[in-house]
Amino acid sequence: MEMRIAHLYPNLLNIYADRGNIIALRQRCLWRGIEVRVDEFTIGDEPDWGEYNFFYISGGQDREQNLVCRDLSLKGDGLKDAVEADAVLLSICGGYQLLGDYYRAIDGGTMAGIGLFHAHTLAGRKRLIGNVVIESRLGDRSVILAGFENHAGRTYLDSGQQPLGRVKTGNGNNSEDGGEGIVYRNAFGTYMHGPLLPKNTAFTDFLIRKALEHHHGGDVRLEPLDDSVEEEARAVALRLQR
Amino acid sequence: MAAKVASAKVIAAISGRIGHGGTNLPGRAVLVVDKGMIARSAAGFARGSVLVSATNGKTTTCAMIASILERQQLEVTRNREGANLAAGVASALLRDASMVGRPQADVGLFEVDEAAFPEVALQSRPRIALLMNLFRDQLDRYGELEHIAGLWRAALGSMSPDTLTVLNADDPLVAAMASIRPRKTLFFGIEDTSAGSSVMQHASDSKYCTVCGNPFDYEAIFVGHMGKYHCRQCGNSRPSPTVYADQVKLDGMRGSSFSLVTSAGSIRIHISLPGLYNLYNALAAAAVGVAMGIDLQVISAGLSRFSAAFGRVEQLSIGGKRVLLMLVKNPAGFNEVIRTLTIEPGPKTLMLALNDRIADGRDISWIWDVDMEQLADSIGYAVCSGTRAWEMAMRLKYAGVADACLVVETDLRQALLSALERTRDDEMLYVLPTYTAMLALRQEISQHFETERELRDLVWK
Repeated sequence: MEMRIAHLYPNLLNIYADRGNIIALRQRCLWRGIEVRVDEFTIGDEPDWGEYNFFYISGGQDREQNLVCRDLSLKGDGLKDAVEADAVLLSICGGYQLLGDYYRAIDGGTMAGIGLFHAHTLAGRKRLIGNVVIESRLGDRSVILAGFENHAGRTYLDSGQQPLGRVKTGNGNNSEDGGEGIVYRNAFGTYMHGPLLPKNTAFTDFLIRKALEHHHGGDVRLEPLDDSVEEEARAVALRLQR
Repeated sequence: MAAKVASAKVIAAISGRIGHGGTNLPGRAVLVVDKGMIARSAAGFARGSVLVSATNGKTTTCAMIASILERQQLEVTRNREGANLAAGVASALLRDASMVGRPQADVGLFEVDEAAFPEVALQSRPRIALLMNLFRDQLDRYGELEHIAGLWRAALGSMSPDTLTVLNADDPLVAAMASIRPRKTLFFGIEDTSAGSSVMQHASDSKYCTVCGNPFDYEAIFVGHMGKYHCRQCGNSRPSPTVYADQVKLDGMRGSSFSLVTSAGSIRIHISLPGLYNLYNALAAAAVGVAMGIDLQVISAGLSRFSAAFGRVEQLSIGGKRVLLMLVKNPAGFNEVIRTLTIEPGPKTLMLALNDRIADGRDISWIWDVDMEQLADSIGYAVCSGTRAWEMAMRLKYAGVADACLVVETDLRQALLSALERTRDDEMLYVLPTYTAMLALRQEISQHFETERELRDLVWK
């Protein structure tokens, strides 16, 4: 079995310690003897979309996000087709926003997203910053995830769209409706970094399993790992104030 | 006015006595009743004031500048470390002022928080503004790097025409600020490309051309994104510094030496602090000295007798064991500490203390941007401590450190004791705390110096 990760724009969108998420995916596969390949794609590159079972995109500073936005519009169809075929996609913060319908800045200027997620984002003046805890459903399991958020954009899901979880601590998508992130097929958007995957092992393993099932079919069972350090780190994060 | 100063001085005296350290409270109090206090007071320095701002190296560089100025027999008013917002500057002015509010020192020397720089610069009208670097620091506190750069640009644009800006040529984002006041800029930088590497560290920021946005080509990378860069697309390139370091020689934990080259000649400088990042601090301090017309001999003497600023890098002996305390607060600084540590061969005993209080940055994501993978092979034994000890242990686990080499002890004193126990007599214990962990650790050490038998033999070097 092989995990094939396409990391999109790692040189431009990497502000939220995204390497931590990639390291977590890589190590948790390697510890189980699952092969891992991480390929990086940036502006001008054209991935062979069918080659990959996992796509990763994160956020950057404004200038870098603008650069990516133009390029992403050219890649949008390839990425959307992969998601329709049930490849796994994880998008964080700015990456999450760019995959929605549009982003509207304070001055009213609008940046078009690729519409993979049925959601839009409005810039706010005050950044929403702090620890986040959410309750999420992964398959038939309820899990509690812990992370950190830092975003000025307020994201609103279209009606009928499913958030990644309900906020227990923190702001989430917009600090109004109690939702955090979005789920569409095996594609996930979230504002949680911290980074998200190292200490939320249930979510990480869920993503790995879905990605392997996408390429290899059938039900994949992952060997359990000793997660005592991760559990302790998560337990500390769950107790934090906003 | 004298009454205001007098009453604030009383507040300073009282708050000093009741244990606030007398750093921020009096300044905050006086700024409430007298908003013009900094402007009026700072105008009284015979040789003007110097402001120093940066993500990394403010405190150390200010201490180095002070050391040079003292050699020059100049009296200096300085703010205390960490008290680097407007209130901290006001407090320092108050503390050293005469009863009528006139400064008694020759020079005001202030380290200023990156975000507070515009306000303090506007008020204090410095003779010299030293801007050293911008790194990814604590995003939860400051917003994005570009935002800080924007604040600095605006501040430089509205500053007094007399102010000289001293800029780091090797940091693209900082160097680009010269365009705002081209005739009042002095650049410093490192010329010796052999001191750098050709590989960029993971967490590097601002590696894109400040003019056209394309990636820079680097002839050499010194620290993070600082180096000799140029843009192949638009031709934008690193400005040539007029004060620079050449023939750099790094000597591991013992320090480094370099030739300081200026238009007034050159001189060999030795510093006893490790790493290129401290060389940058010394170079920046030297550039300020040059800008103030201080003789190179005096600059060299001031830098060579300098020992580390409080807590940044500190060597001490506890129970006969050698301990090296090195502050870590962001990926760039941490990577430099790792680079310096791994120069010395062999497995090491470490204590890493990660706190997530406001002064540390509540978002601890940054430890994932540190190149811990390069440290992993050097770890013989690591004790993780602080409020987020488990997160640090997890980071090391994912960097490939074996479980058997990792211990978590949240309590700082217990962690230190346990790390000391594992340190052989002929070995050095490396302690890497974040800011508030460092303060707490120092307090633990000094308190238990009297009361705790294990730490009785503590000697500060």
